Amino acid sequence: MIQVSHLSKIYHTGDVETAALDDVSFAIKKNEYVAIMGPSGSGKSTLMHILGALDTPTSGDYILDGENVGHLSDDALADIRNRKIGFVFQAYNLLPRTTAIKNVALPMSYAGVPKEDRLKKAKDYLEMVGLGERLQHTSNQLSGGQQQRVAIARALVMNPAIILADEPTGNIASAQAEEIMSIFQKLNEEGHTIIMITHEPDIAEHAKRIIYIKDGKIIKDSSTHKRRKIK
Amino acid sequence: MEYSETFLEALATLTINKLRTGLAALGIVIGIGSVIALISLGQASQQSIQSQIQSLGANLLTVIPGSQRNGTVRGAASEGTSLTRADADAIASSSQITTVKTVSPEFNSRSQVTAGRNNANTQIIGVKSSYASVHNISLASGSFITDRDDTAMTKVAVIGPTVVTNLFGEGVDPIGQTIRIAGQTLRVIGVTAAKGGSGFQNQDDIIFVPLSTAQKQLFGENNVSSIAVEAKSAEVMTDAQNQVGYLLLARHKLTDPEKADFSIFSQQDILNTVNQTTGTFTTLLAGVAAISLLVGGIGIMNIMLVTVTERTREIGLRKALGAKKHIIITQFLIESIILTFVGGLIGIVVGIIVSYVISLFASLPFVISPMAIILAFVVSAGIGILFGWYPARKAASLQPIEALRYE
Repeated sequence: MIQVSHLSKIYHTGDVETAALDDVSFAIKKNEYVAIMGPSGSGKSTLMHILGALDTPTSGDYILDGENVGHLSDDALADIRNRKIGFVFQAYNLLPRTTAIKNVALPMSYAGVPKEDRLKKAKDYLEMVGLGERLQHTSNQLSGGQQQRVAIARALVMNPAIILADEPTGNIASAQAEEIMSIFQKLNEEGHTIIMITHEPDIAEHAKRIIYIKDGKIIKDSSTHKRRKIK
Repeated sequence: MEYSETFLEALATLTINKLRTGLAALGIVIGIGSVIALISLGQASQQSIQSQIQSLGANLLTVIPGSQRNGTVRGAASEGTSLTRADADAIASSSQITTVKTVSPEFNSRSQVTAGRNNANTQIIGVKSSYASVHNISLASGSFITDRDDTAMTKVAVIGPTVVTNLFGEGVDPIGQTIRIAGQTLRVIGVTAAKGGSGFQNQDDIIFVPLSTAQKQLFGENNVSSIAVEAKSAEVMTDAQNQVGYLLLARHKLTDPEKADFSIFSQQDILNTVNQTTGTFTTLLAGVAAISLLVGGIGIMNIMLVTVTERTREIGLRKALGAKKHIIITQFLIESIILTFVGGLIGIVVGIIVSYVISLFASLPFVISPMAIILAFVVSAGIGILFGWYPARKAASLQPIEALRYE
């Protein structure tokens, strides 16, 4: 499903060239649950941005669902982000002063889904993440864990090929973090492909496979079979 | 995303920070308001001057003397003595002249006038009875100068209301009283109705006497200062001007119109000159107003740029969720268009109110030209697009990752 080959990203600061990603290659199959780990500055965020079609590589290919996403136009990338990728950010990134249901419906409006369908589907997904009672709450009326669940509903609502999560539990109290992790668990069991960036080993352990990255290179790529028990 | 939805969303965003939205729109309100107020002020004064000129008499030609050319030296106009009563009589009686209705020879001078202990310096006009119809003179009381007064050189006078106040006091009936001009005693036989005191001269501060009395008894002159000619209709003005011109050339034994010792001008000539002047004035006012409109537009751009910076994260997020460039551009453009449109509407109302108030205080007619309103409308929408375009583009071309990272 995801095929990354010889991917490099080079930043220029004055005359100095910094390789945030240096000739990275890997593949992720459908229904995998992958954690990408690494210290800060390792290039994991850059990798995440390229996988999320938020950024383009300097060289190399990124093939998503058989389509080379590496060098598309801005609008084509927007379309890929809209239909194939669901984002879950560390800072939730919900629209302020906007209700949960409207936040979840937003990606569908960019895809041209009629309004009634949008609201109905958004309601379904909010119920799925356990927020059926809080459809009309705005983001500042919700706790961090609840906001992240709204963000997950928003990531799922377009039924994307992959869900990209960037430190999804970074801002959340640990009890609520478990809740988020169990949602991801369930989604993975339902057949969603999940890629999660984290620097917390116990969060990474939820994944079936961990890719370690350092100085723009993959240093270790392992599958963990030791799974933590979910209550 | 349908436009109606984008519109509602933009409206919701604008109502979040009401003070800022209000201040941004205020620039446009003032700009549009002053354009409308100043244009209507200019047009109102134009109308007012036009109607004053028209009140001097319709279809009117005025013949004034000009001193004869001597080689290349030409004397000052209107100081000449080339026109006489006989010229006026000829215009009135000649068979060649078919387009003239009334002819009024006039002798114009200023003099000191006394009545009892009061005295005033005022305009004295020697006239025949035709003056009243040519110049739309109506009387408040008494009667006007007759042709018999002119033939008999009677010592009578018709005076304006300002003269009544100056010489006899407010509210006094002067008819039958006497005034003294240049050592002669004249009996007041009529008072003209007030015409209003603005314009080129005060038409109420005036004394009419029989033409012959003015020429022979008061000032000792044989010429006339001007001959007013009323044409039969507005259509034959040019014919009348030509007929009168050729008749006078023939009478003065001149063959070359270049050497004419008189000039003829029509009300239309004066109107054209005045229109040109007030037109320039209106353009100047509109120019000043346009500058405030421009400043208002820049104010909108400023606010929109601040909004873009403030909402960088939101824009980044929208792009991450799949918003294409044109969606972001549309969103911000619609916001600035709403801003200028609402500002423009309020500005039009304010402009109309301001012009109404000005018209009350300056006793000008209340004129609102639909052109000014359409112009203001188009300009305000244009400003919304023009000054909203740059911030909208800036917002749309933000890189989603950089926008998302922005704190």
